[in-house]
Amino acid sequence: MTRKQYTKLIVYVCLVLLAVISALPFYMMIVNATRDTKEILSGFSFLPGSSLIENYQTMMDYVNIWLGFKNSLIVSVSVTVLSGYFSALTAFGFAVYNFKGKNPLFIFMLLMMMVPGQLGLIGFYELNKFIGTLDTFIPLIVPAIASPFVVFFLRQYLATTLHPTLLEAARMDGASELKIFHTIALPIMMPAVATMSIFTFIGSWNNYIVPLVVLFSPEKFTLPVLMGFLKGSQVAQNLGSMYIGIAISVVPIMVAFLFFSKYIISSISAGSVKE
Amino acid sequence: MKKLDHKGYFFIAPFFAIFLVFNIYPVLLTFYYTFTSYEGYGTPEFIGLTNYIRIFSDSYFYEAFFNTWKIWGLNFALQLGIALLLAALFSDLRFKIKGLGFFRAIFYLPNLITISSVAILFSIMLDWRHGSVNMFLQQIGLISEPINWLNQPVTAQVSVALILTWMWFGYTFIVLMAGVSGIPGELYEAALIDGANRWQTFVHITLPLLKPIMLYVMITSLIGGLQLFDLPMLITDGLGAPEGSLNTMVLYLYNQAFRYNNYGYAATIAYALFLITVIFSAITFKSMYRKSVKE
Repeated sequence: MTRKQYTKLIVYVCLVLLAVISALPFYMMIVNATRDTKEILSGFSFLPGSSLIENYQTMMDYVNIWLGFKNSLIVSVSVTVLSGYFSALTAFGFAVYNFKGKNPLFIFMLLMMMVPGQLGLIGFYELNKFIGTLDTFIPLIVPAIASPFVVFFLRQYLATTLHPTLLEAARMDGASELKIFHTIALPIMMPAVATMSIFTFIGSWNNYIVPLVVLFSPEKFTLPVLMGFLKGSQVAQNLGSMYIGIAISVVPIMVAFLFFSKYIISSISAGSVKE
Repeated sequence: MKKLDHKGYFFIAPFFAIFLVFNIYPVLLTFYYTFTSYEGYGTPEFIGLTNYIRIFSDSYFYEAFFNTWKIWGLNFALQLGIALLLAALFSDLRFKIKGLGFFRAIFYLPNLITISSVAILFSIMLDWRHGSVNMFLQQIGLISEPINWLNQPVTAQVSVALILTWMWFGYTFIVLMAGVSGIPGELYEAALIDGANRWQTFVHITLPLLKPIMLYVMITSLIGGLQLFDLPMLITDGLGAPEGSLNTMVLYLYNQAFRYNNYGYAATIAYALFLITVIFSAITFKSMYRKSVKE
């Protein structure tokens, strides 16, 4: 082998090693989910054990993890749909019409985009206490109607793709403005909405601090909050059950990623390169 | 000048209604609390600037501030280093590394997983006696005694920084690669013909042209890093132990508000955090921007 081939070999070995490091914790998690506590304590193993069902039953005796799964799904799907629809609506309003105060409102929205979520957290909690929406999904779902970043992205998209003559033609045919939005603008925006939806969904699914603050009843916990609850509970004594709990929260996302990885990765790239 | 058409208000009304109620109002209300000694019940009592004076002499806040910086700094240096190295390798014409799509997906995987699951997974894997990490290291003979990762200040901070690096280097790599793909291929070909070596190509072509993307990565990572909460919260059961080394600014904020019911003071911490974020984002932006203008 020449020197160049050696270097290349070393590079590939390093890349594979890095890939192993990225995936190994997940593999260990799956293996340990199938072993009982005694086996896990006796040492590390690459081979699965035979206690999968026992571990699952022990965990389910304490916490119904599928309930958390369902809650997370309800919240994240609602958030994604609301954010997609209302952001498109807002972007359409900003892109198509010319009204008083349009630019100041848009700039104000962009400025507020920079404010970190924690800034208003305490006021947000107090507001929800006042209107009686603590321990409900409302504070997790409804605020998604106002997603400045998605509006910004969609408005930029509309500005380049929606041709004014299309709107003129529809108006001549007597379509109402709302109908124009639903039948012309929304379909045009769909690819951009889909891109943003992936981010919105992942962001909502992984959100931890807001549900932690506003939810109190374990049966309403979203998956991230439920995982924290699991750690502080009796189940934590049974390591195999802990691992299976984590696995259940992780494996579906990994499977979804297998199918969508191309779109997810290209949407990260699209979000970061704005020429 | 187009003629005014007020139908636009109809389309943006739902957004601004919700925005006012759930974003603007809470932010303003929080600001009002910074001047009070509100404890979560009754009417907030006005105490002027007391909270602001307190935060300046609060050693716990300083500790949380430096902890957050140490953890973020180590994590970001490693994360960017690995991602840059990978980007340089994959953009190298001489190597022509295959499998970009595959590696990208595997490297990105940890970023996708709910951070609370990651926190709990690592807190049991890093367990002193029963954790897989110590067992693995002992089995391959790298260490003879189990290391108490999460119970010593330095190893606890390093552990959290490494977990964050593990979670984020793939994302940073994808973003950098998107930037690299925007660099015209002729530049690399020209460098190859001119006989530039790998290091020269990287320093004179890849690095300067990636600067805007790196600025983006740095500012978003900084903003996220200063808000570090989930990992320390879950790993230490909200305590920020050992010896307060995992007490971050947002964890401190959370504990002041929802553990000790000091809403007024917690609100002040939130505003301090905001101010710190703005200042450091501005510094980053300015220094990076100046450098790129000079070159």
